[in-house]
Amino acid sequence: MAIEINGKTYETDEEGYLADLNQWDEEVAKKMAELDDCELDENHWQVINFLREYYDEYQIAPAVRVLTKAIGKKLGKDKGNSKYLYQLFPYGPAKQACKYAGLPKPTGCV
Amino acid sequence: MAKQEFETPSLKKIPEIPPVRIGAMAHSKPFIAKAEHQEALGYPNELVNNWKQVALDKMEELLGKYRSLQVFMDTCVKCGSCTDKCHYFLGTADPKNMPVARQDLLRNVYRRYFTFAGKYFPKLVGAVDLTEEVVDEWYRYYHQCSECRRCSVYCPFGIDTAEVTMAGREILAAIGVGQKYSNEIIGKVFKIGNNLGLPEPALADTLEGLEEEIEEDIEVPVKLPLDQKGADVLLITPSADFFAEPHVDGLIGYAKVFHQAGISWTLSSHASEAANFGLFIGSYENMQKVAMRIREAALELGVKRIVVGECGHAWRVAYSFWNTLIGPFDFLDPNYPVPQHICEFTYDLIKRGALKLDPSANDDKVLTFHDSCNVSRASRMGDMPGGQFVIPRELIKASCNHFVDMAADTIGEATYCCGGGGGLLTDDLLELRVKGALPRVQALSEVIENHGVTHMAAICAICKSQFSKVLPHYGFGMDMIISVHQLIGDALVFDSTH
Repeated sequence: MAIEINGKTYETDEEGYLADLNQWDEEVAKKMAELDDCELDENHWQVINFLREYYDEYQIAPAVRVLTKAIGKKLGKDKGNSKYLYQLFPYGPAKQACKYAGLPKPTGCV
Repeated sequence: MAKQEFETPSLKKIPEIPPVRIGAMAHSKPFIAKAEHQEALGYPNELVNNWKQVALDKMEELLGKYRSLQVFMDTCVKCGSCTDKCHYFLGTADPKNMPVARQDLLRNVYRRYFTFAGKYFPKLVGAVDLTEEVVDEWYRYYHQCSECRRCSVYCPFGIDTAEVTMAGREILAAIGVGQKYSNEIIGKVFKIGNNLGLPEPALADTLEGLEEEIEEDIEVPVKLPLDQKGADVLLITPSADFFAEPHVDGLIGYAKVFHQAGISWTLSSHASEAANFGLFIGSYENMQKVAMRIREAALELGVKRIVVGECGHAWRVAYSFWNTLIGPFDFLDPNYPVPQHICEFTYDLIKRGALKLDPSANDDKVLTFHDSCNVSRASRMGDMPGGQFVIPRELIKASCNHFVDMAADTIGEATYCCGGGGGLLTDDLLELRVKGALPRVQALSEVIENHGVTHMAAICAICKSQFSKVLPHYGFGMDMIISVHQLIGDALVFDSTH
């Protein structure tokens, strides 16, 4: 599978996750969101950018409490919880946000 | 994030057995493992050229290695007891999800090649040739069984459907057709130490964050030690406990129990996973390799005891297989059970008065308990028969004033699978997972309606993730499902004396 944007091809796996993390750019994130009928606003980008920074350091997506804590610091305590993250990413912050951020899908009993 | 393309079954006033719908789930097929997922486990990268011979050789090997499988292939008399016992049949109405029919997919081929009647008079005994279509059907339907073994409870011969499914999956992997979800995960355990692929620095960072969170919450410096040599207890827990909700609140609960009891403990970055998907794919070798990390960590850290966190099949592997897989455990303290379940551990502390619990802390909740299949039907807990049913309920009652059980034929030994066990907790099987949850959700809806139940507790990472995902499909909140040790953690009273 692949996503095409302005003549550029982004390879993805069966579930639409980017095959090569280094190929990621904002355009592909927007396109992935568009395919899910989701429009990315500033709050989505805060989450996506944090995921990318964390992955860069630890080679894994952050655990849910690491993420909610970081988002709480950035956007205010009332937003540092998974209820808020599920409002932003209804398919689940771990999976949907990771996809837009170009990260591999978290595996395991999650 | 494909949109839902199936209908969630409707909940009825009284549970009903659906009229069969032939082929209703014939389309269900999880992603096939890629070359790299197969290779790490010692399986061929893709369907081998002489797949038929390899499959029959593998079947012969398994029949010789596991006498149980030979007996299960020969014994079924088609009495029909199992037909309405499977949650996947009840949720999908596909007759091939009647356990006997699913077993027969393998049994018919067994007859053809391994019995006198089947070799010479195949049509008389329902024996079938091994063809590509048969292999495809195996792949589809052996991934519509969660190896929960509920049907086995009702089988007059005790035929263990899970073992038949495991054999089916192992034959498939051996010819190059493994399942992506399970095999990718096992590869991550070999490479990194857990199902998530959570490396040591990320684990350390996550645990540190949780310590801060607990201290902010209760003003007590509860620790979550990692790789601490000389600790008394090594806690082996599913990596979902580090990563996901509601699992993480269970982990916080374990930490608070250790803290209040004053018992030194540690997690291990080498063995940062309790789950063992080697069981799900029927591979003894891979199961042993996954489990071996735990022995290595226990020896390296010099612990005296091993305690297993809330993970259903991990407890089965630990309780029923560890001794032969990674024993002997002569280096551990013989005064304690080897292995010991976290519920057993906490229950013992409660009985000895070592924990101070205030159940009114959970007065906002009315609880019920979901027995997880691998704990219920494949193991025991504590020193009494049925301890695996009694102990978790005693923990809930000690930490919560309002508890009510679901219908008797849906709990205990007769418990229904959550619908996502046995290596099926993957998004490519979402339809199966939602439909397979029907019998459990049906029983849950009855106690919600009749007793005002607000939460369901469980002691399995798969059950917790599965319910968070599927309960909303039935109109219930994802946060209804919680960890038993979350209740304990919230009810523990910390004061100056602790």
